[in-house]
Amino acid sequence: MTDQQAEQFTFDFFKEQPQIVAESSDELKITLGKFAGPLDLLLYLIKQEQANIFDIPVARITDEYLKYVRLMKSLDIAVAADFLVMAATLIEIKSKMLLPRDPFAAPEEEFEDPRQELVDRLLEYEKYKSAAQMLYERTTIEQAVFPRGRIETDENNAEVDASVFDILTVFQKILARHRDEVQMEIQREEISLADMIKALKKRIFDELELSVTAFFEEMHSKRELVTAFIAVLEIVRTEGIRLIQKNTFGDIVLKKV
Amino acid sequence: MDAVEQKQIRTPAELMAIVEALIFVSEEPITVKVLADVLDENKEAVQAAIEELKNEYEERGGGLQLREIAGGWQISTRTEYHEEVRKYLKTRPSAKLSLASLETLAVIAYKQPVTVPEILEIRGVQSASAIKTLLDKRLIVAKGRKETVGRPMMYGTSKDFLIQFGLKDLSELPSIEDFEDIAGSLQ
Repeated sequence: MTDQQAEQFTFDFFKEQPQIVAESSDELKITLGKFAGPLDLLLYLIKQEQANIFDIPVARITDEYLKYVRLMKSLDIAVAADFLVMAATLIEIKSKMLLPRDPFAAPEEEFEDPRQELVDRLLEYEKYKSAAQMLYERTTIEQAVFPRGRIETDENNAEVDASVFDILTVFQKILARHRDEVQMEIQREEISLADMIKALKKRIFDELELSVTAFFEEMHSKRELVTAFIAVLEIVRTEGIRLIQKNTFGDIVLKKV
Repeated sequence: MDAVEQKQIRTPAELMAIVEALIFVSEEPITVKVLADVLDENKEAVQAAIEELKNEYEERGGGLQLREIAGGWQISTRTEYHEEVRKYLKTRPSAKLSLASLETLAVIAYKQPVTVPEILEIRGVQSASAIKTLLDKRLIVAKGRKETVGRPMMYGTSKDFLIQFGLKDLSELPSIEDFEDIAGSLQ
């Protein structure tokens, strides 16, 4: 890509950032959206104050922070609990810093700055904020790239994702079949969901591909059938197993990814 | 022995042509392994053919590019022509992810497999709705449960993530320590 094109796709990530503009000493005007979180707001305030992150003027920043939170409240913006937690943390640090050092503390004892933990968190957070910006730029560039359009054979692609509704249909068919059967109720031990998941997992791993219909057919009672159904949903959600339907209205198979 | 005979039949130019045809019809990025298996060629020969093909695309400077993405190869249009392509396809850039979602995605991409409490620890804010958005967009997937108190669900990025962000694989992401330098230089 030439420089000019690079320019075209470079976006000002920070333009999307919220901003607080002080109108007078105790009035603030907020523009644009909301902060991604309390750490985001803190970083913003620190930059705004042109303070050094390694030497945060806690008293001033805390005041600014609380002003913002109060403003959110007065504007009826729901203040997320996380913002209040941070407010409490700031106040705690501020009060710790007001306390004189214990004059009787051993001099060799390392003096830990009450701000240390917060600074560590801010620095860690800032890395991910930069990473988020990188992702933003990447996806913007990527949206300018197009693979070829779909061709007819794509429709015949064997691997079509089956949806929950597809298995539900299969489930209902089998349930209906069960209803028609004349049954003798025999007391049997019910299988738990955990056992069912375990059994199902073993089957998929052993057989690589397992037909959902066949699996449901093996169940003896409605209750077992329901357990089996939940087990299928659970295993797809948690175990990296895919539901694949080879063709429309066809059989659905469970397959390990 | 079949494989050896096959290899002798195809000239490098032929192999290049066939590889190009397969990459073209493949709906998803196609891997060297799949190509090698289908063509009964060894991976090195296929790899060499792809490299040569890639050079050809570069030299020709046409509207298409051959690129490695999500562990496979794909033919796509060049970024330069996105406006015209979009005009024809009548599509608009899809909705952008919110700041919160992007941050959450960044944490998941670098820390995977990662749990919700661990994400909260870094971001300092609940990320439930961002995680839902990312799951809906199939950018992240559940990666089992962590064997700790409450057995929280662990999340990682998906193949769709690689495709949407134009990455060969996760190692192509810049190291998180590089961002430390960037963050530090802002001070």
